[in-house]
Amino acid sequence: MAKKDVIEVEGKVTEPLPNAMFRVELDNGHEVLAHISGKLRMHYIRISPGDRVRVELSPYDLTRGRITYRLRA
Amino acid sequence: MAIHIKSAADIEKMRVAGQVVARVHALMAEMIKPGVTTAELDRAARELIEAAGGTPSFLGYHGYPASICASIGPEVVHGIPSDRVLQEGEIVSIDVGAYIDGFHGDAAVTYPVGAISDELAALIEASERAFQAGYAQARAGNRVGDISAAIQASIEGDGYGVVRYYGGHGIGRLMHEDPSVPNYGEPGTGARLQPGMTLAVEPMLTLGSPETRELEDGWTVVTVDGSPAAHYEHTILITDGDAEILTQLPES
Repeated sequence: MAKKDVIEVEGKVTEPLPNAMFRVELDNGHEVLAHISGKLRMHYIRISPGDRVRVELSPYDLTRGRITYRLRA
Repeated sequence: MAIHIKSAADIEKMRVAGQVVARVHALMAEMIKPGVTTAELDRAARELIEAAGGTPSFLGYHGYPASICASIGPEVVHGIPSDRVLQEGEIVSIDVGAYIDGFHGDAAVTYPVGAISDELAALIEASERAFQAGYAQARAGNRVGDISAAIQASIEGDGYGVVRYYGGHGIGRLMHEDPSVPNYGEPGTGARLQPGMTLAVEPMLTLGSPETRELEDGWTVVTVDGSPAAHYEHTILITDGDAEILTQLPES
């Protein structure tokens, strides 16, 4: 059974980019490029600069992630 | 968490668990045809494992409700068996683990259901080729990253997508032990391989985009673009020479 290999972190959206990508500043100060998960897209949840979000990162590539949740402001 | 090096006695038990997993796959290969449900496959796998004196590794693992994972078409891994009837032309990935006498074995294969398209047949072949590429690097002295990089190069060289959020792992007394064995990475990085390490090496690849998402059931992982996926896994023992594949029946 494949092992799920993700790190969950939180951060703030700083800039929207093309193709539903966003620049996110993580609470640890790092910046990542993140796309939005299919579930958020399916439910038409809008992500805007300033939103706090939960991001999943692969432990082997800490520069890219996936936004899985928009946290209440 | 440290990497567990298995003793000779541990390895003997892992061989036993591995052989039961291999027998389950032989049974699956026989049973899979149009008309069979994945729940029937699950029941047969469980009966075989229990008759061999083991318990299914997956059953109850973090609440997982079945003995095998049966992932159909765009389902990559962790598909839950159901009354869903397999249809001619589909592919189904069966992942199964057995726990016997304190140790786990774990292996996965993507099977064709009846006659399948050349495109799907090529995807399945590529999954096995990716495993073989990783396996060729799996020897004492090399590093985990050598396995990962070889798998990535094989999959990408064949023009398929590498699934990133799920990967291989150490295995033994626990189903998931250190180290993680991702299906992508840099050669010469990661933990150094030593004789007595046991790893589940498991490439997962997609015909289209490798992006995945989890369904509402909390388990099933599907490709975001709906493209089909394949999975190939064995539990292997690192030695000074070629690794020993524990979840494979002896050649007859």
